Amino acid sequence: MSVETAGTALARPIADRIAWALRDGLVLTKRNLLRYVRIPTLLVFSTVQPVMFVLLFRYVFGGSITGLPPGARSYVNYLLPGIFVQTAIFGATQTGVGLAEDLASGIVDRFKSLPTSRSAVLAGRTTADLFRNLFVVLLMTLVGYLVGFRFQDGVVKAILGISLAVLVGFAFSWISAAIGLAIKSLEAVQAASFVWIFPITFASSAFVPLAGMPGWLQAWARNNPVTIWANTLRAFTLGGAYVASTGDSLLALILKSGAWIALILAVFVPVSIRVYRKT
Amino acid sequence: MFVAPARPRYDSPMSERPIILAEGLRKSFGDVHALRGVDLAVAPGTVFGLLGPNGAGKTTAVRILTTLLHPDGGRAEVDGHDVVRDAEALRRVIGLAGQAAAVDPNLTGFENLEMVGRLYHLPVAEARRRSREVLERFGLADAADRPARTYSGGMRRRLDLGASLVGRPKVLFLDEPTTGLDPRSRIELWDVIRELVKDGTTLLLTTQYLEEADVLADRIAVVDLGAVIAEGTADELKAQIGGEVLEIRVSERSRVAEAAGAVLGLVPGGGKVDNNTGEVTLPVGGNGPAILTEAVRRLDAAGITLSDIALRRPTLDDVFLQLTGREVREVERAAPGRARRRRREVEP
Ligand SMILES: Nc1ncnc2c1ncn2[C@@H]1O[C@H](COP(=O)(O)OP(=O)(O)OP(=O)(O)O)[C@@H](O)[C@H]1O
Ligand SMILES: [Mg+2]
Repeated sequence: MSVETAGTALARPIADRIAWALRDGLVLTKRNLLRYVRIPTLLVFSTVQPVMFVLLFRYVFGGSITGLPPGARSYVNYLLPGIFVQTAIFGATQTGVGLAEDLASGIVDRFKSLPTSRSAVLAGRTTADLFRNLFVVLLMTLVGYLVGFRFQDGVVKAILGISLAVLVGFAFSWISAAIGLAIKSLEAVQAASFVWIFPITFASSAFVPLAGMPGWLQAWARNNPVTIWANTLRAFTLGGAYVASTGDSLLALILKSGAWIALILAVFVPVSIRVYRKT
Repeated sequence: MFVAPARPRYDSPMSERPIILAEGLRKSFGDVHALRGVDLAVAPGTVFGLLGPNGAGKTTAVRILTTLLHPDGGRAEVDGHDVVRDAEALRRVIGLAGQAAAVDPNLTGFENLEMVGRLYHLPVAEARRRSREVLERFGLADAADRPARTYSGGMRRRLDLGASLVGRPKVLFLDEPTTGLDPRSRIELWDVIRELVKDGTTLLLTTQYLEEADVLADRIAVVDLGAVIAEGTADELKAQIGGEVLEIRVSERSRVAEAAGAVLGLVPGGGKVDNNTGEVTLPVGGNGPAILTEAVRRLDAAGITLSDIALRRPTLDDVFLQLTGREVREVERAAPGRARRRRREVEP
């Protein structure tokens, strides 16, 4: 059958190609998710670190952090939205690691020799990592509830907040994909991830309010998209009093967050696909 | 005649247009010239063997023909599709089992094949049906629902080969399909491969073993240092080497020259004498038994005792020695980096 269809398939219209790309992407998403079903310990390990962060920050720093914005009431309510964003970004580094693994194992050669959409291999990986991130963030919510965190502005906003964290993770998956494909070596990818991930997640409002930071760091942290995302997520979880204190409207926060995500995707989706074609 | 053709032979025995065609393929990695102008022409429905030592450029040639690599120079096509310009259409008619078994260890055998079928854009039901069929054919039906990471090396290799067949490709590329297998699995795999080409699939396979090319391939190209140095049927190649080889090992090293003097006259071209090992090697063509008998008679008459005497089939080393005047081992020594990427141990 592959032989008979070969001729007609040559002139496939764009719509068809997109449909195939989506289908290929789904097939590969399933493949990547099955990995977590077959090796559940992978999932366990990817949750240990964020759980530790929640507990450490909540109980070690929680008491000494002052200057909480209105609506936060307690540090744990301030912390959790930051943890969601940080967890999603850390989780995204696994995208590059997974791709480097696939390159090393030779399975990428197989995918490339098939009439499969080029972008599907990457989309399948980033989408699977999106689901994994969703799982981890939901688990963080549960852990958060156990240590006193509460969504304060209804279910819809809670869902929007979690979606934002997962979308941020998705955008970072594409950065991670480009790095993983370019560096190729597993250990190097892992090490490289932390070089850029630590400064952007920690030098932000993810864990502590900016007010306590020295001026030069505040300047950086204020413009750090992680700060914008964390604050937007707080706007969803803490409610109107918090939003008012940011000096922005909820809509403005959402637009800024969305613009950053769109910017990252606009740059790194094509870059990753280019790097993938060349490897 | 099987000396490497300067140009592909459209006018040669091939009555149809070649289904795999390469002209002057060149590829370098930095200063390593992996391919230096390779010409290949494979007739539809035949098995073509690419035979060469580590680092010869076999994998590079396969990767170019399957669109994984762009050539630096020259051109190639498969089933009329150019490897660069029509890569997408080309991928619909080929199957590839690369040098490393490319299966997902976390998926079951069945899931691996189903995934590949889906990626060939088969409907779900068809992909599943073919997956089951392939598993059956490769003796993996019992292991179908086990993760591939629990498979033995031979099973994984068979699954990998199976994956290249799910799309029922017109042209199949197998890069060293039996390397790393024990002799029994190797012979089993040969049977599967022979079975498979019965229904008209064109097969290009690479191998380091003349025997394997001999058993499976209709035509063989010997590759060395990125160029085709000989091409022909297995019989033509063996005729060039002189069919079988008589190996004599003299007990007393001091009498090697004497022994050589006694037997070298038995074959027109003379043979090879190794004073270090006490070995005399003669290409004996098709007259093995007669020459063996005569050699024993002469050595006996001269009172020379032997520790060993045997007729053996020519190996890649013999082809190589004959064609290049070098031992295979010297190739690696001459170009130390060249064997770097080899993934499996070479069996003697
Ligand atoms: N990606 C690469 N980067 C650098 N050098 C490479 C690369 N791929 C191949 N080479 C070099 O090109 C030469 C040919 O390699 P190739 O893998 O084609 O040989 P081969 O005949 O398949 O060998 P083997 O029997 O070991 O598989 C070797 O010297 C190899 O080191
Ligand atoms: Mg090779």
